[in-house]
Amino acid sequence: MTKKISFTSILAQILLLLFVVAWIAPTFGLFISSLRDKDVLAISGWWTSFITTEVNEIYRTKGMEVQFEKDGYYFIEDNLFGDKKPKEISSFGITSKDINGYEIENTATFKDGSEITLSKNGNYSWKSKEAFSKKKGKRIFITALSPPSFTFENYKEVLFKEGLGQAFINTFAVAIPSTLIPLIICSFFAYSLTWMKFFGRDLLLAIVIASLVVPLQMSLIPVLSLYNDFGALFGVSAKSYPGIWMAHTGFGLASTTFLLWNFLKSLPNEMMEAARVDGATHYDTFIKIVVPLSIPAFASIFILQFLWVWNDLLVGLVFLDKNPSEIILTAKLKELLGSRGENWEILTTGAFISMSVPLLIFFSLQRYFIRGLVAGSVKG
Amino acid sequence: MNIFSLAFIVLVGILFFVLFFHFSNFVLDYYEKKSKSSFTFENSIRVIIFIAPAFIVLFVFIIYPVFETIRLSFFDKVGREFVGWHNYSWAIKDPDFRRGILNNLGWLLIVPTLSTFFGLVIANLADRIWWGTIAKSIIFMPMAISFVGAGVIWKFIYDYRGPGDDQIGLLNAITVALGFEPQAWLTISIWNNLFLMAIMIWIQTGLALVIFSAALRSIPNETLDAARIDGASELKIFWSIIIPYLQQTILVIWTIITILVLKVFDIIYAMTNGQWQTEVLANLMYDWMFRGGGDSGRGSVLAFCIMIGVIPILAWNLYQHRKDQQL
Repeated sequence: MTKKISFTSILAQILLLLFVVAWIAPTFGLFISSLRDKDVLAISGWWTSFITTEVNEIYRTKGMEVQFEKDGYYFIEDNLFGDKKPKEISSFGITSKDINGYEIENTATFKDGSEITLSKNGNYSWKSKEAFSKKKGKRIFITALSPPSFTFENYKEVLFKEGLGQAFINTFAVAIPSTLIPLIICSFFAYSLTWMKFFGRDLLLAIVIASLVVPLQMSLIPVLSLYNDFGALFGVSAKSYPGIWMAHTGFGLASTTFLLWNFLKSLPNEMMEAARVDGATHYDTFIKIVVPLSIPAFASIFILQFLWVWNDLLVGLVFLDKNPSEIILTAKLKELLGSRGENWEILTTGAFISMSVPLLIFFSLQRYFIRGLVAGSVKG
Repeated sequence: MNIFSLAFIVLVGILFFVLFFHFSNFVLDYYEKKSKSSFTFENSIRVIIFIAPAFIVLFVFIIYPVFETIRLSFFDKVGREFVGWHNYSWAIKDPDFRRGILNNLGWLLIVPTLSTFFGLVIANLADRIWWGTIAKSIIFMPMAISFVGAGVIWKFIYDYRGPGDDQIGLLNAITVALGFEPQAWLTISIWNNLFLMAIMIWIQTGLALVIFSAALRSIPNETLDAARIDGASELKIFWSIIIPYLQQTILVIWTIITILVLKVFDIIYAMTNGQWQTEVLANLMYDWMFRGGGDSGRGSVLAFCIMIGVIPILAWNLYQHRKDQQL
């Protein structure tokens, strides 16, 4: 390879950089937003969160109840921010037309002749010759500096108050068996398709390959009505965890079997023959030879199926109830999109929580994930 | 349900299958080793044990439903009375169905094309740049995210605020910065489909990328070097050597993404639920499964329409498989 810095190579770098930025920006924006204060999140773009920005806000002073008399004047003194997080005020105003007409520590005069002085930290002193008579205070417009600040408050709220914590556990209860059961069943199935001789083997394999591309939608109505009949017959709920495990097993069966079969047929035939000659049964061969050799293939398939189940929405909607003890993360997130569509602090945080497990798997086991995909996964 | 009872039923569920295979085989091993004579009887039992669970599941969840769905498409909404082609003629006249077919065709044309194209371009760029691996990893990442999660991410990007307010959606912020009026992107008919497709392209480009990267490595270096020595430009090499070399791979990726796009549901359901003319078949089908207590006839017609889309791919797969077997 010749090393030269050419025009084309710089162009290639810039082009690739553009792609990378375009691909990462959406996720990055979501992550940053989930860490921002919900009041700021609603009024400014996430890209402004890294720099100190000026924000305009409106607060209200206290009313007549807290007034006191001193030297012939009436006073109301308090802090504008009250229980809220204090900010550093740079200027203020008393009418909506002139929201930053006064410098800090200066005195503004209201129409009724009363005067107010505001300091940097929000403390104010409102002075009047006559007693205050209104319950409601005056509106004060402030311009404050808002330094970059991040918080985990949204995560606490979403996990414990919005019920995403329970949905998170439910999703695990769906995903783990829905991944392991097909793996167990299909490894025996793929073994028999590869190493056992029986009538109709080729036909069975052809059925598996045809099933690879059958859309999920073809199964929904008949399977749901089977479940309803089953539920009615035995007096149990049609929507249950074992029900969804078996549904996911069914929908993942063809691709899992096909991937395993592809892998198993690459194992040397002599090894199996030798084991048979030594008197090993098929089960011995399976447990002692095939399983240990297949660990990398199992890992790839496990990851593919786990991510598929974790990210699934349709099967979860059809075969599980929407009550808190069964709802899965994706269904919960969709529900929030409908009911809390404008509460971006909840949506961004919820989305990030639902993505956390796939992303963790992605970054730690990327190699197996890619290997599984490249092995030709076609999912029905 | 609390975490312990859930963990318990999960464990029972998995153990059930492990123990089934273990005990049935254990018993069979005992007899097989004892009898020593002809293996035929034990062997056929063994084949049944190995195959039966998978076959039953395959039958109940795939084979039987395919035929049952086709049957139900000729029956009324509860599946009791035969109605002939009635459901099909309803579908042809239904404006939502027509919209769905048109949109699905749009998705089928645009998403696989652009995902494959971007994947190919990025794989080529990343292959020759030292930080290419990191770039690939980042572009591949959306593959791990659920469609609903991606929906939230992109809904945030398309967020709309009135012209006077600060825009918090990235797309509108850019639009405003360029001096245009902000738009409620997801409600602009016809074009909003493109904004939804962008999500799928964003996800599937990663798949195309990793498969292409693997395939690119199989192109012999000598061929590329020879072309370079002959003075071919990089662009010329891309079109005349790399593309023809990757033909098979391009076809595979195209097929995978096409199958996925035919069934696209989550994105539409989460983002617009088919409003503003973004309906697709899979969403319409879900709708009819439950609308007005559910209509299994119409739902089945819609499912079957999706199935028709994959039949050519199914036939091609079987043909390829037979060819491989004969070699």
